[in-house]
Amino acid sequence: MSVIKNAELVPAPARRSFATLFSNVSRWRVPLSILALCILPWVLPSQALAVNVLIYGLVAVGYNLLFGYTGLLSFGHAAFFGAGAYATGIAIGAFGIHWFIAMLIGVLVSGLLATVMGVLAIRTRGIYFSMVTLALAQLVYYAALQASSWTGGENGLRGFTVSTLHLPGFSVNFLDPLVKYYAIMIVVAAALWFVSRVLNSPFGAVIEAIRENETRARACGYDVERTKLLSFILSGILCGLAGTLSAMHISIVPLDSLHYHTSGLIVMMTLLGGAGSFFGPFIGALAFLSMEDIFSLWTSNWQLIVGVIFILFVLYLPKGIWGTLISWGKSR
Amino acid sequence: MTVQLIAMQLFSGLALGAVLIMVALGLSIIFGMLGIVNFAHGALFMVGAYAGLYVAGLTGSFWWALLIAPVMIGLFGMLIERFLIRPLYGRSPDDPLLLTFGLGYVLVEAVRIFFGTDGIPFSTPAALRGVVNLGIGFFPLYRLFVIGVVVAVLLLLWIGLEKTKFGLIVRAGSADPLIMRVLGVDISRLWLIVFGIGVGITALGGVLAAPMRNVSPEMGTLVLAEAFVVTVIGGMGSLPGAVIAGLIVGVSVSMTSLFAPEMATIVMFALMALILLVRPNGLYGRAAPGL
Repeated sequence: MSVIKNAELVPAPARRSFATLFSNVSRWRVPLSILALCILPWVLPSQALAVNVLIYGLVAVGYNLLFGYTGLLSFGHAAFFGAGAYATGIAIGAFGIHWFIAMLIGVLVSGLLATVMGVLAIRTRGIYFSMVTLALAQLVYYAALQASSWTGGENGLRGFTVSTLHLPGFSVNFLDPLVKYYAIMIVVAAALWFVSRVLNSPFGAVIEAIRENETRARACGYDVERTKLLSFILSGILCGLAGTLSAMHISIVPLDSLHYHTSGLIVMMTLLGGAGSFFGPFIGALAFLSMEDIFSLWTSNWQLIVGVIFILFVLYLPKGIWGTLISWGKSR
Repeated sequence: MTVQLIAMQLFSGLALGAVLIMVALGLSIIFGMLGIVNFAHGALFMVGAYAGLYVAGLTGSFWWALLIAPVMIGLFGMLIERFLIRPLYGRSPDDPLLLTFGLGYVLVEAVRIFFGTDGIPFSTPAALRGVVNLGIGFFPLYRLFVIGVVVAVLLLLWIGLEKTKFGLIVRAGSADPLIMRVLGVDISRLWLIVFGIGVGITALGGVLAAPMRNVSPEMGTLVLAEAFVVTVIGGMGSLPGAVIAGLIVGVSVSMTSLFAPEMATIVMFALMALILLVRPNGLYGRAAPGL
């Protein structure tokens, strides 16, 4: 008896060092992420890949707030990504609005869409939620396809190239790939800080409580519906922000950015990296896009390989890359 | 705009409704029994259509395709249940959903490798070409045939579930799997069979839809969305719900395409949003399980 007690009181050195390591990593999560993002374009094979990791990493981070932390599996987040992109593109292309205001409009529109979709989807529970978000996102997809005078229909939205970012006092050459990367990174870094702040707030604790046990969270007096809706909206806004960045980056909004396929990519990236962890979504986006980069060199059917890997993760590593690393570290 | 035109449109709405019922049926059966949402549903529908195409190409007969393809894909569905879904029972209800999503992704890609990325036309069998005079106007014979098959499948399902011993066990198993296990029923074998039947019916829907829709690897996405709309409106796992919802959606889409064609693709989703506001569990739904 006493032997066991002693063993618990004096942990093995390895265990202590891993635990300290992970708690330190967790405490410095925002500076560490920014540091990693700063060196990303120098370690990846191409800067195009690095920018994509930034943008899809942000989408996955926003999605993770809803799926990983609140426990709501949405299959419709392409709607917010696409809405942000289309709104920014239309604001710049059709109305000649300043890029910064256009970005704000993009975020606002995706936030409004998330509110409407959220109010409807939150009314359903359990697996209904996934089906309803998918169907509502398809509604947005077909609406964009029909409104081709605004959205360009199947050809996508074109004609709104942003070549220089005019800021008070100075301007940024947005055509230089490296400058572009760091300009986008500043926005992503700010969003990461915001997400970290949200997760550390009482609100962050309540969404995790809802994920763990909705009935108990309700019994504790939390307004579960309102909290879920707020989480849905925040998640939509972050995806919308990524959408606006994507529109500014590639100067075109393909109709596919609203497609079910894109919603699926977001889910896959988040799960591959590790849902419910801070670094997971970015690692997932990095892993997914790197796999695309490597496998598409060998075969045009790279999605088959990625799909099989995803299935294996669901079966054997449902915590994803980072989540598995954490539990492995803790068990040492 | 004559009364005749409206009556015709109403009738083609019912025909579309029959297809939608067929689209939603497999999803609803699997959910009602196993409690999982099959996100590979659309992909399996598409695979069913391709299997029909393949069998029709080998045998030269649509009838063989209609018979063999659903059995083939149903057996394939049993393999999926046995080796991919069964390990996930007892885990989070999201896990089978994520897995079947990944499976759908893989199936679409696999079909692209074997059959190419372009759509393939599937001609209507010679015996079912042409139109029939209904008194109010001419109607394609093939669509009447589809309505007939859907009614037959629904009747068979009803008899199977309500009038046979196997149906009794299935219904009891969906009400309380634990008690059934205590009573000595091999529930995992039951789930295997039900999953196979659900996938087989989905594949049959694919073969039936093939002459009416372009057979392409992407056809499953719309099917998945349609099936979700119908089951959400009707209420998950309810067969009468799926039938009523399928007909309502079919008629709404058909009527909208008469009065406001540009809204036709959107109206079913708007209808679902409306139903969610009034009855979040659907017309015939029980309260959602889980959570």
